[in-house]
Amino acid sequence: MIQTMHFPDIQTLGTDGLLVRFGDSLSEPANRAALAFGAALERDAPDGVEEIATSLVSVFVRFAPRNVSHATLRADLAVRLKAQDWFAADMPAGRRLISIPTVYGGAHGPQLAKAASLAGLSEQDAIKELSETQLRITAVGFAPGQPYLGFLTDHWDIPRNAELAPVPAGAVVLAVRQIVLFSVDSPTGWSHVGQTAFRAFQTDHTDPFRLRPGDEIRFASVTPEEFETLKSAPDGGATWGQVE
Amino acid sequence: MSAALIIHRAGPQVTLQDLGRSGTLGLGLSRGGAMDRLALFEGAALLGQDPNCAALEMAGLGVVVEATCDTRIALTGAEMTASVDGAPLRWNACHSLPKGARLEIGGVRAGNYGYLHITGGVQTEPMMGSRSVHLAGGVGGCISAGDRLPILADKGGDAGLGLSPSSRCEGGTLRVVAGPQTALFAADMLDTFQNTSFARDPRSNRMGVKLNYDGDRFGAADGRSIVSEVVVPGDIQITGDGTPYILTAESQTTGGYPRIGTVIPADLPKAVQTPAGATLRFQFIDLDTALEIEARDAGARHALKSQLKRLVRDPHDIRDLLSYQLISGVVSGSEEEPK
Repeated sequence: MIQTMHFPDIQTLGTDGLLVRFGDSLSEPANRAALAFGAALERDAPDGVEEIATSLVSVFVRFAPRNVSHATLRADLAVRLKAQDWFAADMPAGRRLISIPTVYGGAHGPQLAKAASLAGLSEQDAIKELSETQLRITAVGFAPGQPYLGFLTDHWDIPRNAELAPVPAGAVVLAVRQIVLFSVDSPTGWSHVGQTAFRAFQTDHTDPFRLRPGDEIRFASVTPEEFETLKSAPDGGATWGQVE
Repeated sequence: MSAALIIHRAGPQVTLQDLGRSGTLGLGLSRGGAMDRLALFEGAALLGQDPNCAALEMAGLGVVVEATCDTRIALTGAEMTASVDGAPLRWNACHSLPKGARLEIGGVRAGNYGYLHITGGVQTEPMMGSRSVHLAGGVGGCISAGDRLPILADKGGDAGLGLSPSSRCEGGTLRVVAGPQTALFAADMLDTFQNTSFARDPRSNRMGVKLNYDGDRFGAADGRSIVSEVVVPGDIQITGDGTPYILTAESQTTGGYPRIGTVIPADLPKAVQTPAGATLRFQFIDLDTALEIEARDAGARHALKSQLKRLVRDPHDIRDLLSYQLISGVVSGSEEEPK
């Protein structure tokens, strides 16, 4: 695989950061590598490291250069990178499986019909597929608590819309084989196919960031009537389990 | 009732800020904290306390406040007009604030962000390890008239001390280190970038400083296909239309726009305080040079307390001479580097 000929690599980011990259485009193995390597660093952080942040295909490490030099930390990370094939690593343990009630289509997902058509599916088949697929949180970021999820099957490799449209917090939007569950009201070029009452960032909760990278999600289909009653439930009626 | 700072009036963007959060970057919440972090260290030196004490950050326009107990304040960052019960106060200094006295802080004279520090720091409940309000992330909100901010009783200490920081509110050159995407920009474009004068766009905010310039637009080869990754304060992001943004305290945590380089932390106070109308330029330096500058800068922050000078006062400016402590005290230092 060409990817592994250049990656992983280690780049300097700012004066107190190193970025370990597992690819220059999003793929399942590169995301797997980033999640596994980030989790391994969290379990056993090198000396001087102050913060570790995993994103789609990379792991950022912030450190105190007065406590550990760039060269020392870079060498430490290089040794850890060589210790195993991170692209084929097991996913970290303790990941959760969250089922989030989702109402698809209609006013709650105004772009479902168009997205389904681009995927070559009927609306009904699209809902069935989207609600039954167990998706991995590939990254949490951009806005607080906001999860990116992958990977839908190939026919969902649909482009972003040229026009941005506003979506509310809790919106399920999709493009390029991924889903984003918006944590805030935001304009987006991704297709708005469904709505949840789930708030990924709750400042008054003991665990404000409700989701973690590596957790898996099912966007279970509910009727608009059921959705109305779930709006006031904790986490919008989501149920929590463990990834087997 | 415990001691409080009563807000009688507040400018449109007055927020409580400390040094921000660590550990939430991978969960979508950037560090946040004071835009001008040096101003927090200066306030801490003036009041003899920890730089992570929460202070009021005032963007452009200040506050009218009173305290329910005798206390002390410090004023740092962008200079603003200030007075207590009508008597003018020097900026970059600490002062007594007697119980019930009216502290008025007006418009900014130069720069963008002024800071009002109070002895012991404002005591709101920390959220996720920090008292910093994060406007973009929806953590807390702006301070407004009628608010009562909890403060500590003053244990006593010096007032009437000043600092003379070098100016960071007039523009100048920002030093930049290369990052993961610098090589996506052509060498001659990097040269042009360093020979271009930039001006702060008024739409800048706590997320980033937007820059305007004349000339050909900057852009990276293959800039549209970058997979998003973590961004850090100081990163200079070039959007699709060639506009540079210096990412600051409340930036998004990840970004897919190419970043031409990163302004070093020592120059970020200047990056955020340069007002519209002044000129900013960029200069690439190598990492080793940057690390030397950062080490010196950390040393200088730590040495601030040794630079304190007693203010020379005209007795006519002093309404109540006896309310001032005229005996020089030992400045108790607890200005440790933050973790």
